Amino acid sequence: MSIPPGEGVVWLGSPPFPQAARQALGNSQLRANLRQATATIRDKRLRVTAELSDWEELRTAAAAIKDQAAAHLDRYLVQLEESVTRAGGVVHWARDASEANAIIGDLVEAAGVREVVKVKSMVTQEIGLNAALAARGIDAVETDLAELIVQLGDDRPSHILVPAIHRNRDEIRDLFAAKMSLHGRPAPAGLSSDPAALAEAARLHLRDKFLTAGVAVSGANFAIADTGTVVVVESEGNGRMCITLPPTLITIMGIEKVLPSFADLEVFLQLLPRSSTGERMNPYTSMWTGVTPGDGPQDFHLVLLDNGRTATLADPVGRQALACIRCSACLNVCPVYERAGGHAYGSVYPGPIGAVLTPQLIGVEHAATLPFASTLCGACYDACPVKINIPEVLTHLRARVVERERRAIPGPEAQVMAAAAMVFSSARLLRAVQWLAGRGGRLLARRGVIRRLPLAGRGWTGGRDLPVPPSRTFRAWWRRYGQREGGQ
Amino acid sequence: MSRVRVALFVTCLSDTLYPQTGRSVVTLLRRLDCEVSFPAGQTCCGQMHFNSGYRQAAARLARKFARDFAGYDAVVTPSPSCAGMIRDQFGILGVDAGARVYELSEFLVDVLGVVDVGAVFPHRVSYHPTCHSLRALRVGDRPLRLLGAVAGLELAELPAADSCCGFGGTFAIKNSAMSEAMLADKVAAVGSTRADVLCALDNSCLLQIGGGLSRAGSPVRVMHLADILAAR
Repeated sequence: MSIPPGEGVVWLGSPPFPQAARQALGNSQLRANLRQATATIRDKRLRVTAELSDWEELRTAAAAIKDQAAAHLDRYLVQLEESVTRAGGVVHWARDASEANAIIGDLVEAAGVREVVKVKSMVTQEIGLNAALAARGIDAVETDLAELIVQLGDDRPSHILVPAIHRNRDEIRDLFAAKMSLHGRPAPAGLSSDPAALAEAARLHLRDKFLTAGVAVSGANFAIADTGTVVVVESEGNGRMCITLPPTLITIMGIEKVLPSFADLEVFLQLLPRSSTGERMNPYTSMWTGVTPGDGPQDFHLVLLDNGRTATLADPVGRQALACIRCSACLNVCPVYERAGGHAYGSVYPGPIGAVLTPQLIGVEHAATLPFASTLCGACYDACPVKINIPEVLTHLRARVVERERRAIPGPEAQVMAAAAMVFSSARLLRAVQWLAGRGGRLLARRGVIRRLPLAGRGWTGGRDLPVPPSRTFRAWWRRYGQREGGQ
Repeated sequence: MSRVRVALFVTCLSDTLYPQTGRSVVTLLRRLDCEVSFPAGQTCCGQMHFNSGYRQAAARLARKFARDFAGYDAVVTPSPSCAGMIRDQFGILGVDAGARVYELSEFLVDVLGVVDVGAVFPHRVSYHPTCHSLRALRVGDRPLRLLGAVAGLELAELPAADSCCGFGGTFAIKNSAMSEAMLADKVAAVGSTRADVLCALDNSCLLQIGGGLSRAGSPVRVMHLADILAAR
């Protein structure tokens, strides 16, 4: 049986983006939460990026490093494996989600535990690790506050950095009060929705888990080929607990996370916190190199995951999406994300980066509406710390979607596009169609505007008026008056 | 000094729905002593096809553009998104536009070196910087400098000016609910300025914003920069 690439990246049964977005737009609570949260992070990011005089040079350097790593990925991955092995770690290779889940499940079972603590990680979301472990009778406990909220609510993350961005504090209070007791230490009686009280409840609930867990699972922000050092960047300290307390540590990372040398971190550790949380320096940056005798986990495993990345690398335009460092700046500046929220994208990778990454990881035919979920306004490209030209990749993927569909029966849109291209092929034809459109437009006009168009035009006049085409086009005016110098 | 010779690329949209803008560009450029031509074979730069994924059709239209404008030193267009298409996307399609293409405000400020074009427009005006003018062409404050020099014009700052109006070409149809939600916010922002006129550099964005204002029963008119600069 062949396994589809990029298994687990999308949630099965999600509606196409336009419908999902339409539903989300109807949720005024969600929109208010998102507007508030994205605006706050957006402003913070702008303030702290403006402080650095070499911000543009840092972005250029980051793009160049990522480009270098991608161009020689085969070499750097093997070098990483050698470095990690030399330092006492064990490296595993996983082609897809199933292989990765099997490897991690086997390792947890070998350690003889039924509960693992987790550092927030996109890649474990991508492979559906928690569900895969649950199927083997292993509980995976999310220790990041927002991930815990998502997990307790049996919910899905809706933002890369702030996965519970769609929840407000009252919803979280209710969730903690109802659900914490099912998984361990209950929430304190009479819990309020004060953020400090909520954080304290989570701290107490999680403390038990940290102290008893035998295995931790993490992702990785970066892994350094020349030293074998793995880097996790987080804000709450929960990651540091997971990485240092349990005797066994299993880290899984997408193969695109490798950086050639330790010095490259100089660039990324400046870019990442400023782009993602709007902080000058990241609060908890944990780095470890294999195993250190007598200190921290004595059993370290690194799982290298492909899951559609090699296929993405093969596309000369699309591959730049692999440079993503998951900062989520593009989500926070995106006018579409701000109004739709993450769930509408139907993928663990939402927003502009999700719209270019998801279709590549799973095949454009499985996420055909995502490349169209953008006005191409370009705010994402400006915000991206590694200069991924998201609008360029979006139009590139749109072309791939159209190309695939062209080989089937041309749909109504393709027919309209073909007709339009024919009309534009000659000024004479265009004049004729303009004449017809003017006639038709004036017939449809009511009190100077067109309020209702037939057929596909309803998509326009559902929410807006259309001006009535004037009786004389520009080219008609030019033929008659324009060539006279001073004709005004 | 010899007169500057320019070809006007009016764009398919302005040609059909906003011919006044083309006439304003001609008026303005002639007033500034340019010799204006209108290559009669011109139709469309192919932006809609390119952005919608129809690359073969876009490439045919790009090649046609290059033929239609061959031999002209400078092309002026009242559309940043079309100028961006020609400058940035023609290369992806393997087409050399041949001529140097300028968006109107770039041409006025950078090539002709004028900011005060002698316009008179005694109205309260708010300015929406279109996404492609901001982030593809990076026209910066050129349009605001031009508007600032118009006699009698009172500028009203637009809140959240740099957020997209939600047009996005076929996005407005394919993702109509999202497009309308973005438009509703833009319409509300425009309303809050108490401006008489909303000005932008691109009639495609004004088609969206104007359509939203009209549907909302707003008295605010939309006007292309060229139409304000040609007024006296």
